[in-house]
Amino acid sequence: MRSSTAPAGLDQLVADCQVQLPDLSLLVGTEEVKPYECDGLSCYRALPGAVLLPEDEAEAVAALRLCSAAGVPVVARGAGTGLSGGAMPLPEGVVLSMARLNRVLDIDPPSRTALVQPGVRNLAISEAVADAGLYYAPDPSSQIACTIGGNVAENSGGVHCLKYGLTVHNVLKVRTILIDGTVVDVGADAPDAAGYDLLALMIGSEGLLGVASEITVKLTPKPLAAQCAMAAFDDLGKAGAAVGGIIAAGIIPAGLEMMDKAATRAVEDFVHAGYNLDAEAILLVESDGTPEEVAEEMARIKAVLDTAGAVEVRISSNEAERLRFWAGRKAAFPAVGRISPDYYCIDGTIPRRALPRVLHSIEAMTVEFGLRCANVFHAGDGNLHPLILFDANIPGELERTEAFAARILELCIEVGGTITGEHGVGVEKINQMCMQFGTAELTRFLGIKAAFDPAGLLNPGKAIPTLHRCAEFGRMHVHSGQEKFPELPRF
Amino acid sequence: MSAEALIPQWQERVRNAQITGRPLRIRGGGTKDFYGERLEGEVFDVSAHAGIVDYDPTELVITARGGTRLAEIEATMQEAGQMLAFEPPLFGEAATLGGCVASGLSGPRRPYAGAVRDFVLGVRVLDGKGDDLHFGGRVMKNVAGFDVSRLMTGALGTLGVLLEVSLKCLPRPKAETTLVFEMSAPEAVRRINEWAGLPLPLSASSWHEERLHVRLSGAEAAVVAAKNKLGGQEIAGPEGETWWRDLREQRMAFFATASQLWRLSVKPTAPYADLGTFQMMEWGGALRWLNAASALDSETVREWAHDHGGHATLFRAASRHAGVFQPLQPALLDIHRRLKSTFDPAGILNRGRMYPEF
Ligand SMILES: Cc1cc2nc3c(=O)[nH]c(=O)nc-3n(C[C@H](O)[C@H](O)[C@H](O)COP(=O)(O)OP(=O)(O)OC[C@H]3O[C@@H](n4cnc5c(N)ncnc54)[C@H](O)[C@@H]3O)c2cc1C
Repeated sequence: MRSSTAPAGLDQLVADCQVQLPDLSLLVGTEEVKPYECDGLSCYRALPGAVLLPEDEAEAVAALRLCSAAGVPVVARGAGTGLSGGAMPLPEGVVLSMARLNRVLDIDPPSRTALVQPGVRNLAISEAVADAGLYYAPDPSSQIACTIGGNVAENSGGVHCLKYGLTVHNVLKVRTILIDGTVVDVGADAPDAAGYDLLALMIGSEGLLGVASEITVKLTPKPLAAQCAMAAFDDLGKAGAAVGGIIAAGIIPAGLEMMDKAATRAVEDFVHAGYNLDAEAILLVESDGTPEEVAEEMARIKAVLDTAGAVEVRISSNEAERLRFWAGRKAAFPAVGRISPDYYCIDGTIPRRALPRVLHSIEAMTVEFGLRCANVFHAGDGNLHPLILFDANIPGELERTEAFAARILELCIEVGGTITGEHGVGVEKINQMCMQFGTAELTRFLGIKAAFDPAGLLNPGKAIPTLHRCAEFGRMHVHSGQEKFPELPRF
Repeated sequence: MSAEALIPQWQERVRNAQITGRPLRIRGGGTKDFYGERLEGEVFDVSAHAGIVDYDPTELVITARGGTRLAEIEATMQEAGQMLAFEPPLFGEAATLGGCVASGLSGPRRPYAGAVRDFVLGVRVLDGKGDDLHFGGRVMKNVAGFDVSRLMTGALGTLGVLLEVSLKCLPRPKAETTLVFEMSAPEAVRRINEWAGLPLPLSASSWHEERLHVRLSGAEAAVVAAKNKLGGQEIAGPEGETWWRDLREQRMAFFATASQLWRLSVKPTAPYADLGTFQMMEWGGALRWLNAASALDSETVREWAHDHGGHATLFRAASRHAGVFQPLQPALLDIHRRLKSTFDPAGILNRGRMYPEF
């Protein structure tokens, strides 16, 4: 039995690991741990006390037991592509990298499921099951690199999630290691599980509730055909109305994306997708299914786009052209990275009808803050990604960028939306959580955290702010749907 | 009295109950009173908090108060050419939105379109502390904070009263038809899973008494192409619709009250097994109903479901002695208890309705 003395701390943990888990890969030197100092949000950095790299579930369990006993905080990590600092290390804690658990354990075509370890890359799942005519539908733009464990922790989406759903709709079961090393099955191989929907809590929990050690994903039959329409508009409002028009026509496209002029130009220089450079907005609308279905739907989509006043509509005539249309959208982040020393990606969701108003406000803010902004937008589900262009070497620009970003998020809440659609809260948006939620809701979140991790050792300080922090931040809870200027016209 | 004016009164009622420790039994339309463990406490009728708050078909979102009748919601959506794609069973015209989401039950379209939890975007709840809480939202994607909206779904009111719910809506399919095939149960399990692995517009399936029914929904061209590919005998038009409606509402002879109706949720490819009584399969093989004239051995039923990746629920029964829901692993039961005490520390809301332990 452990003595009841104070937590032994990091040194003790490292010593315990060396003695009790001699086979466990352990990094402690500054140079060794440096590659783990940040995730995709590189403006937030910290060196971890140590990095643990288990090879299998048993090692991960043993490592967590020791962390728990020593009272050392644990930050789980996949590929580190997260964009909200969720995997940013804590100096007093360890990083538990799940990247080496990267095997596809089982593929079961008859039930359309695969059992994979958390370090398997998103795209690797689709590649592994392609022979069975199946794929894993959620397709974040980072899918070559990001892991399914990270996807589960962030409830990641992709350009096809309007029709096929987010991670939460495509994962059946998450085998979870609790902080004390207990392993539980959350969810089931069946359509539902007994008791509360803990699977929904685990998905999107940003590493705060448990560590995913095995994931059962749902696979989707590959559609026989797909076609993409690219429409150019001379006005953002018209493009927004076209999006509403498609939905109103009873169509749920496989993908429905928008880019503004700044984004289109950056991308066109980079990938030469053939976008119309004079357009104020470009829409990409994809249809998939049987060839008959696609032909029928595409005709209807084209009719809506024409009626909405598109100045140009092009429909992909072959697979190469379809992929070229998408290449631009999928490369939007790196393309913007080429035209500016730094960029900051915002992730907020709004009701679609608020789009013209929000985009016009963002335009006004570019003047106010003296910074450029390119907009890419998962238009189908209202998820905005304004990319603010800045130069971190110019004193004050990062601070101005952060203030700009905060204002966009505040606006998202005001129009009835949310501060994060798919990138998570992490460390980045912890203050905005105080704006989106009141004290009572935050207290319940803290209660949920404690229900899984009573000692608060899993990714502390991320995702859910303490009430104390919100008091210090001093920003008022903005009620969604209660606009600051209700007298102003709405679109 | 306006719906909003009810809230402060209800908050006070819950806070009083918290002080006295006397449980409240939340009731919408009472159509799901049969479902779950015991009903304990004073009836807390929440049907008066009703009405659609916001519905913009082009946003694909509907927000309505918990007491709104499901029939009203479905009719409103139908006018706009949309539907609740999870096809919840009503089990009576008094069925409310709150009861639908709290019971978490979905109908025939579930394996192909998603369950009620997949469509819940946000909730407003009155929890056991008497607080009026908002989680999630009216937008399609939202990862701010833990997903409490889905936690509330299927929690049988044990964590709070659902005051408002926002749901994702989908357009009604342009075309729909039903095909019937004569085949044995093992053959049906094999075929329906094989078809589900192909890009076919399946939207429902059931097997009973050597007949497999399959519904196709989607674009006209897709439905016609699939029909030609699959063969079978077509039941077009209202007759087909009635079949699925009756299945959804459990109005078929199979469901007529016997001693026990078990619901087994398992891996869709689980082999057909003779579990000692009549069976009806749905959800591409993932849902198996057992209707037993005399009580089955619950251990055997639960073990079989567990061995096939799922769990068994005593859905309707003359006596609920056997326990309704599959017992939880101890570590998970602890988490359930702590979640319950986060939202309802005095244990006053629907006490014991899900598990006798809380
Ligand atoms: C260029 C680019 C494009 C992107 N595009 C998209 C997009 O289209 N859609 C989208 O949703 N996101 C996108 N992202 C964000 C990011 O890729 C996703 O959030 C992804 O899911 C993170 O996966 P990861 O393996 O890199 O996780 P990490 O960054 O390593 O970790 C993310 C979070 O998950 C936790 N975690 C990791 N593994 C586990 C585990 N096994 N158990 C428990 N917790 C764990 C970590 O603690 C952390 O909180 C993009 C990022 C980049 C850089």
